[in-house]
Amino acid sequence: MNRNPREPSAVEFGAEFRRFSLDRSKPGKFDEFYGLLQHVHRIPNVDLLVGYADVHGDLLPINNDGNYHKAITTAAPLLRLFLQRKEEADYSAFGTESLTRKKTPAALAAVLLRPDGNRKKPPIIISLPQDFRPVSSIIDVDILPETHRRVRLYKHGQEKPLGFYIRDGSSVRVTPQGLEKVPGIFISRLVPGGLAESTGLLAVNDEVLEVNGIEVAGKSLDQVTDMMIANSHNLIITVKPANQRNNIVRRGGRDASGSSGRSSDSGTSFYMASNAIAMTPSHIIQNFRPEEEEDSEDEEDLVIEGGGAAIPIGHVAASAGVTCSMPSLPRYEPHLNLRTSNGGMAASASMDTVSHKDQDMEVQAVARRSLEEDGTVITL
Amino acid sequence: MKILRFLFFFCSFGATLMFQTVEHGFPNQPSALAYDPQLQLMAIGTKSGAIKVYGAPGVEFTGLHKDTAAVTQIHFLSGQGRILSLLDDNSLHLWEIGGKEGHSYLEEVRSFSLPGRPGIESTSATRVTVLLLKLNLDLLCVGTEGGGVHFLQLPTFSLLDRSLFHDEVMQSAPEEYKCGKSLGPVEALQEHPQQAEKILIGYSRGLVVLWDLNTRHVDNLFLGKQQLESLVWERSGNTFVSSHSDGGYLVWTVNSSTPCTHQPTTSTIPYGPFPCKAVNKILWRTTETGCVNLIFIPLLRAPLVLLSGGMPRASYGDRHCLTILQDSTHVTLDFTSRVIDFFTVHCIDQEKEYDDPTSLVVLLEEELVVIDLATPGWPTIPSPYLAPLHSSAITCSYHISNVPSKLWERIITAGQSQSDWPICGGRSVAPESKQKELLLTGHEDGTVRFWDASGVSLQPLYKLSTANIFQTDCDHNDSLTQAGEEEWPPFRKVGCFDPYSDDPRLGIQKICLCKYSGKLVVAGTAGQVIVMYLSDEKSDHMIDVATVDLLQDREGFTWKGHDRLPPKTGSVVFAPGFQPVVLVQCIPPAAVTAVTLHAEWNLIAFGTSHGFGLFDYHRRDVSCLFSRCTLHPNDSLAMEGPLSRVKSLKKSLRQSFRRIRKSRVSGKKRAVQEANAQLAEQDAEMAPVQRRIEARSADDSLSGVVRCLCFADTFLRDGTHHGPTMWAGTNSGSVYAYALEVPSQEKFSEQSVEAVLGKEIQLMHRAPVVSIAVLDGRGNPLPEPYEVSRDLAKAPDMQGSHSVLIASEEQFKVFMLPKVSAKTKFKLTAHEGCRVRKVALVTFTSVSSEEYCENGLVCLTNLGDIHVFSVPALRPQVRYDCIRKEDISGIASCVFTKTGQGFYLISPSEYERFSLSARVITEPLCQVDVDRLHDLTVLRYSKLSHCLHLQFEHNEVFSCVIKICSSKYLQARMKLPVRWFVARRKHFILGPVARQGVLQHYTHCLKSTPAVTLLQT
Repeated sequence: MNRNPREPSAVEFGAEFRRFSLDRSKPGKFDEFYGLLQHVHRIPNVDLLVGYADVHGDLLPINNDGNYHKAITTAAPLLRLFLQRKEEADYSAFGTESLTRKKTPAALAAVLLRPDGNRKKPPIIISLPQDFRPVSSIIDVDILPETHRRVRLYKHGQEKPLGFYIRDGSSVRVTPQGLEKVPGIFISRLVPGGLAESTGLLAVNDEVLEVNGIEVAGKSLDQVTDMMIANSHNLIITVKPANQRNNIVRRGGRDASGSSGRSSDSGTSFYMASNAIAMTPSHIIQNFRPEEEEDSEDEEDLVIEGGGAAIPIGHVAASAGVTCSMPSLPRYEPHLNLRTSNGGMAASASMDTVSHKDQDMEVQAVARRSLEEDGTVITL
Repeated sequence: MKILRFLFFFCSFGATLMFQTVEHGFPNQPSALAYDPQLQLMAIGTKSGAIKVYGAPGVEFTGLHKDTAAVTQIHFLSGQGRILSLLDDNSLHLWEIGGKEGHSYLEEVRSFSLPGRPGIESTSATRVTVLLLKLNLDLLCVGTEGGGVHFLQLPTFSLLDRSLFHDEVMQSAPEEYKCGKSLGPVEALQEHPQQAEKILIGYSRGLVVLWDLNTRHVDNLFLGKQQLESLVWERSGNTFVSSHSDGGYLVWTVNSSTPCTHQPTTSTIPYGPFPCKAVNKILWRTTETGCVNLIFIPLLRAPLVLLSGGMPRASYGDRHCLTILQDSTHVTLDFTSRVIDFFTVHCIDQEKEYDDPTSLVVLLEEELVVIDLATPGWPTIPSPYLAPLHSSAITCSYHISNVPSKLWERIITAGQSQSDWPICGGRSVAPESKQKELLLTGHEDGTVRFWDASGVSLQPLYKLSTANIFQTDCDHNDSLTQAGEEEWPPFRKVGCFDPYSDDPRLGIQKICLCKYSGKLVVAGTAGQVIVMYLSDEKSDHMIDVATVDLLQDREGFTWKGHDRLPPKTGSVVFAPGFQPVVLVQCIPPAAVTAVTLHAEWNLIAFGTSHGFGLFDYHRRDVSCLFSRCTLHPNDSLAMEGPLSRVKSLKKSLRQSFRRIRKSRVSGKKRAVQEANAQLAEQDAEMAPVQRRIEARSADDSLSGVVRCLCFADTFLRDGTHHGPTMWAGTNSGSVYAYALEVPSQEKFSEQSVEAVLGKEIQLMHRAPVVSIAVLDGRGNPLPEPYEVSRDLAKAPDMQGSHSVLIASEEQFKVFMLPKVSAKTKFKLTAHEGCRVRKVALVTFTSVSSEEYCENGLVCLTNLGDIHVFSVPALRPQVRYDCIRKEDISGIASCVFTKTGQGFYLISPSEYERFSLSARVITEPLCQVDVDRLHDLTVLRYSKLSHCLHLQFEHNEVFSCVIKICSSKYLQARMKLPVRWFVARRKHFILGPVARQGVLQHYTHCLKSTPAVTLLQT
């Protein structure tokens, strides 16, 4: 724990540099911090993109409470912030290794101010922070055999295709009669750049065992195709990976605070990187119950009143006032305004996006519950 | 209370687990025909191994051979209710009409395959070519490809050891005829009409032999030189007629004094002198009414000659013809499909001198034609069943249950009247159906046919043609009749099977009928929507035409499909029946995909792949009330039309040919195809097919197709005021709900209907919306128009909150109205992996009480199974396997009735009707009184005492003493009754024996003795 009560911060905005201090033990909320920055620079009405240099020299964004706290805790001791006007922001500056080559502040500034400088290879580009949302997760680790993996693909309204193909095949099963060849459904192809490929959780020749909790055994390829498409907005596939080496090894007690500062890409890789699976089981939601997800997660139909606004059916109260002209718009709002001070959440700071999701659902669920009449079939 | 309800629900379903089915229409690929003049029953065999027996309307039996080999021949054991069938695989089968619980059924009792003589004959030599059933029904003569004639005991199928082979016949043939050539296969066998022991054997080479069965001796030889096709006796037995492959027929006189006849009495080639095709079958019937033909056959009075084939090879070789000749009258019946077989219904009384045929029944590949021979001019008799449903391909079907008797009678009056049907054996014991049911089929040629679907026989009632509303280039009827006058042969078009559509745009896509007002809406392929009403008077009027632009202001799209059908200008004459009121034409003229009618509000709604429109047919001077385009901007496919006009014509031609080709696939070919399919499956394992997993996007092609439309009086805008609404669902999962302002009845002509968009629902899963229905406060479907105002149904509950049931291809959802909040749902595809193809709201009435009924949502999936769900809870109730999932056209053709039945096409020409409800079942219940003698079983034969112990069917035991008489036969004496018997494992079945306490003459093979003769005591 850092005993230093004041946290010095160096802030640069344009060519302007400011230095001020913060209470490390009570960093407050991101909104307050954002206001403070605007105040310090006397630019109250300018939209800012806030970035900081982490211990490895990567320029990482600060845009919510989670990464703000992370930035505060990892500052040693100086937290170096970079502010950019949103309209002229250079998003490509964010990413790993963006600041590693030259670590002097001047060099940092140089990178920022002349982003199109002489680079040998393009850095990995991290998408806009506000676009961060869950893409996939491994669930039900504690109830599934270790050889199986239950993968959830989140395809809410985003344009990225699911991007995989399935085929018929046969697998060998151990039965009381000995080994037996049984027909099965397998992943046959992953589309480059598709959701399935980008998660890294699914691979060619993985055997599909279940789709959203329903076994595929005995079903034809076309049936399974239809089932997957019917569930495409919230697809949960249980597979038996062809490559059994990356299986999750269950541990007795999990380290809740697992990843703070340990991995350089931990802040970004939870939902994107595949190689982190084995190392960071902390982001896996335990005791996932599909039926719990079922209705809250189910994409709701959209009703457009005679001449007015569109209301998603089912949780009218939760999102009243949100006007969506087309249903294909992302339903996930920025995380900023949804954060509640729910201390009971068992998630670590690094899990915040996932826990947001939980809360998000809970908010919806609560809102929904109030709408429901007794005796209807919808279960929560 | 709720649980009880539930149990009851299950009870009402539980009784129907048998899944009753019955077939309507014309059997697919018929291959054999037979007639029993005594019982007046007709049997048809098919290439798929089915035997169907028909009598009076409502009397029908179906039997299916275990092997799916084609039935090549059928013969009735006249009067016994037994049928003998010969299959393609050379096996003989005996069927019996049995009786159980007051109604009859058909079952197979025995089968037999002719054994080859090892080492002597190849398998093809014992291939059966022709069968002859002796009139006394105890002996079957079997002619084979090898030229042998074998004799089988009936009904046991025991082979008698007295087969007749070539060599025996050849001995008596003159040397100059033999010249080392084989006689060829046996082509014809005919029993002498007067002398039962004599049979006529015709060999392919042309030789005809009159053979005496008892003396095993050739009575007469007729040295024909032309390849033989068929033989027929003249009733007196003095002459017979042979037909030949050169298109001619010969009349021979039987002269017992000369054993060898070299020349026929007459020789005729009716369509000569140029080469003609073979005369496949000839019938020779004597009539009393004809005048005396003095020249050749003084004893005959102008016989009626019926022959199939024989057409001039070059000019009319491709025609399917049957010629009727009598005296100077000559008619060539010109059919559209191949002649399978034919028979005449005539007098069978042995005492009578003449045949006097009353009617001719011709089985064609695609239909059954009956000609009235008793009426001059030989008109056709309309058939009360076996109607060729596919006379033009069926494009849609629509069912109306509980038709009011008023409408029913008017439709029957509009249709043709029925004449006497000659085949009237048996009697139907099925209870008269309480409700009248109509099945409407729309056809490719623009006709709508009305069928009586109340009972087992699907009877044609009325045919409506919409082609006469339009200017098409197919009005060539005049030219045909003109040519007919001087044409030789004198062709006469018979039958209605006509698979070639002149203009595919005429095809009917959707039908909607209001059974109370007699209003009918028919919508077609070229965007035409015709509103009709039933009129009993002939009418001569102009047709009002309105065009509706469904694209509205969408620009930049071009329709590359077919043009709209030009309506006829000026007044058109319409026969009594349904007459058009107004014609609405959609622009672009894409096929209509949904149509609905509300006769009380005078409104129709229709949709195509571009949008939907609402039309007030009462104020038809005003153009369309409103229309809405449902197209997605990216959907170019729908815009251009699925195919250009040229392409679509080409395509329809190709399909027609494919259909024809398909209907000619024989059993053998099918086996090859199956083998190929298996190979393909194996291949598939090598290189597996893969399926792309992707969510539906809004711009999938044809997303704007309007799939369903409905009218409802419900709460759309607020919870306190209900009013007329219209709902439309599209392929992309959008539902549009409109509130309608319908003026009261008196003000219809002054005020116009107004429509305001009330709600637009986008289903997130974007699956096509298959059906929309509004449920009242109690969860019951809303009644049909007029039902409440005419006191025919209970008024819907307008107190409780209404809900709307939206069925998409993937899930069912019930939304509360007016808020449209989700209430219940069932995600079928997510759970079962099957997709919804057809849905209907069905009322299941309890078997025990007519008062109690429940509503169910019946759903047919792409896997061909049927699911029933409770409404509005959407709980799965039962599931049946119904249609094979490969049978895509069957699944697409399925239509449900409101009472829990359904129809689907099992072949292009046949509907299968199934019942889900235990209360409403349609099945053939009929009775045939057979004059069959009882079977007798030999229990024991004692060699020592020459005692035979016999058992009748009903366990009465008799014994008889057998004496050996001369010439290897045994004589038996009966002793009645017997107190004891010893049952032996091996029973010898003896066959028919009269039951009046005495046994008539009887023969049977026993192991030790060739035959046993039981004599009358």
